[in-house]
Amino acid sequence: MSTFTQVREIVLMNMRSIPQRAGASTVIIVGIAGVVAVFVAMLSMSSGLDRTLSATGSMDRAVVLRGGSNGELSSFFDRASTTLIRQDPSIARDESGMPIASSELIVITEVPRKGQKNGTNVTLRGVQPMGFTMREELRIVEGRRPRPGIREIAVGRSAQQQFDGLHLGARLQFRGSEWFIVGVFSTDGDAHESELWADAEAVQSAFQRTGYSSVIAKLTSRNAFDSMKARLKADPTLTVDVEREQDYFSKQSRQLTLLIGWLAGIITVIMGFGALFGALNTMYSAVSARTSEIGTLRALGFGALPVVASVMAEALILATAGGLLGAALAYLLFNGYSVSTLGSNFTQVAFDFAVTPGLVAKGLVSAMTIGFLGGLLPAVRAARLPVTAALRGL
Amino acid sequence: MKYFQLIWTALFRKKLRTVFTVLSLSAAFLLLGLLQAVNSLFAGSVEFLGADRLIVQARTSFTQPLPMRMMPQIETIPGVARVNHSQFFGGQYQDSRQQFPQFAVNPQRLFDTYPEWVIDKDQRANFISTQDGAIVGRELANSFGWKVGDIVPLNSFIWVKSDGSRLWEWRIVGIFDGKNQEWQDRTQLMYLNYGQFDEGRSPGARGLAGVFVARLKSPEDSQRVAALIDSKFENSVDETKTQNEQEFQLGFIKQFGDIGFMMNLISGAVIFTILILTGYTMSQAVRERIPELAVLKCLGFTDNRVLWLVLAESLLLCLIGAAIGMGLSAMLTGALPPNFPPLRTDQRVWLFAGCTVLGLALAVGLPPALRAKRLKIVDALAGR
Amino acid sequence: MNTSVSAEQQPLVEIRALTKAYVRGKQVVEVLHGINLDIPDGDFVALMGPSGSGKTTLLNLIGGLDSPTGGLLKVNGQRIDEFGSDRLAAWRASTVGFIFQSYNLMPVLSAQKNVELPLLLTDLNARERARHADIALQLVGLADRARHKPNELSGGQQQRVAIARALVSDPKLLICDEPTGDLDRKMADEVLTLMQQLNGDYGKTIIMVTHDPKAAEFARRVVHLDKGVLVDETTR
Ligand SMILES: Nc1ncnc2c1ncn2[C@@H]1O[C@H](COP(=O)(O)OP(=O)(O)OP(=O)(O)O)[C@@H](O)[C@H]1O
Ligand SMILES: [Mg+2]
Repeated sequence: MSTFTQVREIVLMNMRSIPQRAGASTVIIVGIAGVVAVFVAMLSMSSGLDRTLSATGSMDRAVVLRGGSNGELSSFFDRASTTLIRQDPSIARDESGMPIASSELIVITEVPRKGQKNGTNVTLRGVQPMGFTMREELRIVEGRRPRPGIREIAVGRSAQQQFDGLHLGARLQFRGSEWFIVGVFSTDGDAHESELWADAEAVQSAFQRTGYSSVIAKLTSRNAFDSMKARLKADPTLTVDVEREQDYFSKQSRQLTLLIGWLAGIITVIMGFGALFGALNTMYSAVSARTSEIGTLRALGFGALPVVASVMAEALILATAGGLLGAALAYLLFNGYSVSTLGSNFTQVAFDFAVTPGLVAKGLVSAMTIGFLGGLLPAVRAARLPVTAALRGL
Repeated sequence: MKYFQLIWTALFRKKLRTVFTVLSLSAAFLLLGLLQAVNSLFAGSVEFLGADRLIVQARTSFTQPLPMRMMPQIETIPGVARVNHSQFFGGQYQDSRQQFPQFAVNPQRLFDTYPEWVIDKDQRANFISTQDGAIVGRELANSFGWKVGDIVPLNSFIWVKSDGSRLWEWRIVGIFDGKNQEWQDRTQLMYLNYGQFDEGRSPGARGLAGVFVARLKSPEDSQRVAALIDSKFENSVDETKTQNEQEFQLGFIKQFGDIGFMMNLISGAVIFTILILTGYTMSQAVRERIPELAVLKCLGFTDNRVLWLVLAESLLLCLIGAAIGMGLSAMLTGALPPNFPPLRTDQRVWLFAGCTVLGLALAVGLPPALRAKRLKIVDALAGR
Repeated sequence: MNTSVSAEQQPLVEIRALTKAYVRGKQVVEVLHGINLDIPDGDFVALMGPSGSGKTTLLNLIGGLDSPTGGLLKVNGQRIDEFGSDRLAAWRASTVGFIFQSYNLMPVLSAQKNVELPLLLTDLNARERARHADIALQLVGLADRARHKPNELSGGQQQRVAIARALVSDPKLLICDEPTGDLDRKMADEVLTLMQQLNGDYGKTIIMVTHDPKAAEFARRVVHLDKGVLVDETTR
């Protein structure tokens, strides 16, 4: 028999005997499934968050903020500055010659999360009428847009799902002022969907604010950005930071996704060690259960390689089974699961877990790594078993 | 503990298997310890905060500053002893990645509302009289090597000076301590004199206080007084939301929302996994020893004694693993660099670990223990 | 040696019309059919009979490892057939010592710790337990092997450790199921001589199952069992 057929026969023979060691096999499968489920779940959380935040905004729009502020919340412009910014020639204009730009004002409000009493922070964004029209991704899915100057609110779809009392027609109270929810909007699941939108002037009057937080402007073309940035930065009467809208929002999520990535890494490594020792237990007990079988094979003249291969194959097959089980668990339990956490501007951002094929592949790779490491030492021991000792079943 | 050796040798009958199981358990408890220390940071950091302090914030959000004129109004409310105002400054020190909070407050009133802080009398007087003065907590001062007289430039991402700049310079005039170890651990913040802060910022922002900190005459009053304060400003432009300090801090943590839920979910997954792993080891260990257990019964060990022996073995196994894991976790949290969140393996974490050990030992030990208890001597000896 | 026992004296083991049946599925198999037997204090009885005749079953009943289906079983004046399992356990600990064919020592414990096992159930402290174990080991001639694990001892030595374990709590009765079944002639004779000594010098009552007529010669009398009934008795 060639070495190859030897290996094939013995591997197959061993595969058929795995069910007889069901108890031990469960240990490796469950251990690895646990690791992979947690790993994939955590990564899918961070990828979901990343997907939501980096999908926010467009490369064709620019965000202008007060220089040095690290976000819209701490940025502030007076009316004169925003007027000046809106005049920039890189900003597209509509048929009537008006710049396609929206000066927006961010304030934080508190709305209780579903099923909770205390409020969590939610962004109330005052936008100018142009702000509704210039965002192609924005659609009113229910009701209508808030009217200019009137205390009416359109709520994002995710916000409506995550927070309590945001149904159409509901009344909200902020700073002694009354607001009515007149519409629900969608922006293709991006971060804006976790916000409440109202007319900028209505927000200014209710919150006794005079200026704006930011100016969002549509560029004449994607390439117009650099010249706009250079011009505004050079203007001695302004201190501004200019960024493409999409870049701005991606950057806001970076820290959080990085943090989650780190957490996922640490947790997986520690859990992985735990599972590795479980795998070693399984494989050593599989080898000792097969001791006399292995001894017989060796006595019959089989080489060490088929024995090693059969142990490794068992470890890898069980590990892969565990990995698939874990990934399936993560998918079934978490894919599309909506959560919200603290995002940019110190307000809530809602997002969905996204279990992607790429993450499943990562999970399987870690499963097989554990399987490989867990099989290696027992395989070596199996190969080194002295034939006589193996036959005595020691 | 005359049975100890019997249990111990039984446990290490198959050395390799037991060692691997112990290592698995250690990894699990290391992770549980860390995860629960994170949870404890959330829950525990606010436990000892005074219930005799209320935080008055704008109803819409604590980021909306309340006007200064409200302070005397709050102070006249019965039950309130002393009020201070506090504005989050949002400053960053040079390029340092270490974040620490700064609050612009009235220096006169600070130590009345926070008697837990301890400071030298002269330094306190200097803080009151120095417009651009700042005092820093001992731990913060140590981590940056600051001393009295240093100038600390802070770049505020919130507050712009009237000249448009964001860079504020503060002169350290004092370093404060906590009245006990718990408070000493919290000396990681900085108080700024409201004087320079208010004068320096753009005219439109002047006179804004931030939130108010009201110290009560008696902590039992807190709910009633909070309701009184809120009703006083109801339906005004400056509607308030008043909570005790603990609730206020918890509010911050709740913002992280579902991330905390993830921590607990992971803990659950870890416990389940380790349950299967350890459960297998225990059931194997007992299965291999059936004849020996029968001999013990022969010698006069009662059924229940044998049951307890197996349970004790399971407990010992879990205890060893947990002790190693928790020891590692406590060492790690103890050795975190100062710019990390102050994770601590506190009583709550130990309690959690203790309960997990007991639960785990019972769950993995009981099925084989019952099997051992029900064992019929005659059958077991005959190999049936 | 005086082997006769006066009629007035209570026998140590008193068996009357003893039956034992096993239930296998729906079938009830009676293994012992009305055994009557008296064993006086200080006796050394060899129980012989073909395989499957019920020797082990009878021995287990006398040793309180199992309970009879019917009849009367009195040992040391107590109706142990009426005992519950915990009471039986306590009774075993104080009254009987067991010696098995396959020694049944704890493989992970040293000889001394094996011998100490039954003492864990007493109030003795650690030092007294060790001392008792040493005395028992000395008695079986293995004082120098106290620290050895069972797998470091020969079969005969292991069986002697088992005897020491059976003796250490100073029981009245020793129950031995084919104690020499796994030993060669020389080692078997050593063990049997030791048992004879225990019977003669220390007054232990011994009941021993054996297939080996040579072994039976060490006993004071031989009882034959066949298909669950006592068939005849030889007194030496
Ligand atoms: N737990 C049991 N369930 C059913 N039948 C049993 C059980 N224990 C013993 N028997 C049956 O009882 C009969 C007597 O068994 P026992 O072990 O007493 O024989 P023995 O005389 O000791 O034989 P040997 O010399 O082979 O040891 C046998 O037929 C056996 O199959
Ligand atoms: Mg028998």
